[in-house]
Amino acid sequence: MAQELATFTRPLAKDASSALSTEDLRVHYGAKEALHGVSLNFERHKITSLIGASGSGKSTYLRSLNRMNDTIATAQITGKIMYRNVNINLPQVDVYEVRKHIGMVFQRPNPFSKSIRDNITFALERRGLKDRQKLAEIVEQTLKQASLWEQVKDDLDKSALALSGGQQQRLCIARALAMKPDILLMDEPASALDPISTANIETTMQELKKDYTIIIVTHNMQQASRISDYTAFFHMGQMIEFDQTRRIFTRPQVQLTENYVSGHFG
Amino acid sequence: MDPIAKSLKSTSVSAKIERRGKLITQLCTMVIVLLVIAIFAFIASKGVAIFGQDHGSVLDFFTKTTWNPDKQDAYHRPLIGALPMIVGSFAVTLLSVIVATPFALAAAIFMVEISPKSGKKFLQPVIELLVGIPSVVYGFIGLVVIVPSVQKIAGGSGFGILAGSLVLFVMILPTITSMSVDALKAVPRYYREASLALGATRWQTTYKVVLRAGAPGIMTAVIFGMSRAFGEALAVQMVIGNAILMPTNLASPATTLTSILTMNVGNTIMGTTANNALWTLALLLLLMSLIFNIIIKYLAKRGELK
Repeated sequence: MAQELATFTRPLAKDASSALSTEDLRVHYGAKEALHGVSLNFERHKITSLIGASGSGKSTYLRSLNRMNDTIATAQITGKIMYRNVNINLPQVDVYEVRKHIGMVFQRPNPFSKSIRDNITFALERRGLKDRQKLAEIVEQTLKQASLWEQVKDDLDKSALALSGGQQQRLCIARALAMKPDILLMDEPASALDPISTANIETTMQELKKDYTIIIVTHNMQQASRISDYTAFFHMGQMIEFDQTRRIFTRPQVQLTENYVSGHFG
Repeated sequence: MDPIAKSLKSTSVSAKIERRGKLITQLCTMVIVLLVIAIFAFIASKGVAIFGQDHGSVLDFFTKTTWNPDKQDAYHRPLIGALPMIVGSFAVTLLSVIVATPFALAAAIFMVEISPKSGKKFLQPVIELLVGIPSVVYGFIGLVVIVPSVQKIAGGSGFGILAGSLVLFVMILPTITSMSVDALKAVPRYYREASLALGATRWQTTYKVVLRAGAPGIMTAVIFGMSRAFGEALAVQMVIGNAILMPTNLASPATTLTSILTMNVGNTIMGTTANNALWTLALLLLLMSLIFNIIIKYLAKRGELK
């Protein structure tokens, strides 16, 4: 069992609307509890960063939010995930619908070995959208949103794998946006990228914030402080502190958080 | 003289052992390569003899249907029309692969995507067992079970391409299945995650992403199956009827290159026209397996680029 650690969670402002929240979310891998009851509330159209060391459970938490942990046979997820007043962590909830509304971008760019266009239209076609004109519109619109359109508009039929790493990641963002999700989960989307590509992705995220609620896992504390409105600090499977980002990095309430953000860890 | 400087200039024991080991592996490799070259050269020289010293016609070999190398036609050329065997070989190969591939793919999808646990526990041992059964046993079962069944359903004697294909179907099923399993397993996990995270169902993910990404590997599996079917001799020979006739339907007695070879090679004398004609069949088999291998290499290379 986890040791009792001091924690602090600042409630969202009264007028803030919540896009997603969890109550006592726990994840077991087999007999081992990897996540010890996390309760968080994510404000609509804001960016929330999840920070913490490797193995702190932040990625596990993120992957539970769109039920991607269901694909791991040994994982057991308990607790509530409230989305539009529905607990989506129930077996009778359609996971395919959940993932349509809560999109995900992974750490490693993972485009399909298909053309750029097909990468974006893949999921739409699976859902029965066949109208070529409409598909073309969505391809253009999402690529523009992901700031990739100018670079690839003449090569839409080229293989996505011919793109650079940063371009691939932006394609993956465009692909996720094509489903018109409410929420975008990003699992260290820039950790495999060079600084310039990272800066591009961060700019893109600021643009996306207008229409999407973004939850991002990051190892990079500068990145968290640059881009996010809220930050949650995870430590050994526990959520230690949740607050507005500037407060986390200037006046954290918990000693452990202070140690981590100032680099004096352990 | 400085002992370290001295040791630097002389050859140490380790260096000698290293050199010896390298020499031994190189020798062994060379023996194998020479062996393969020798086999190729031997079969090739024997295989073309019928066209040289016996004045056979290459065109006749591939287009005529009368196989009687001891006899000659009006132009004093031996009757070496191998078309019935060539057609027979390709027919059983293609038919068995067409029947086996859907089953093998279904089994592979079950083992990798749907139920890896029970797949590993039940299906895997069954498939390994199928590989271990000697071909003469397959042939025997074919003779006792399949031939009479075909006879009942299609009439005739029951011997023929259909019976041969059905026996081969069971024989190549494990090959195609286990190689398809490898191909599907090699599809990275993040492809599946990418698709699932977009809200695609498991079947959509399997069909549209995993199978597509694994396609070069699956093609390789199918070609391997074809290669095995093409080269199988004994089991096919037991059920195909061994009549050197152009097959008119799937249930009429026919033959394959391998059956004719195994049936007749003991009944001819080295150096005679009849013997040379058989070598030509062997050469054709060798070339076909070479072609299959080239296709496999090509597919593997194309798969790597993705």
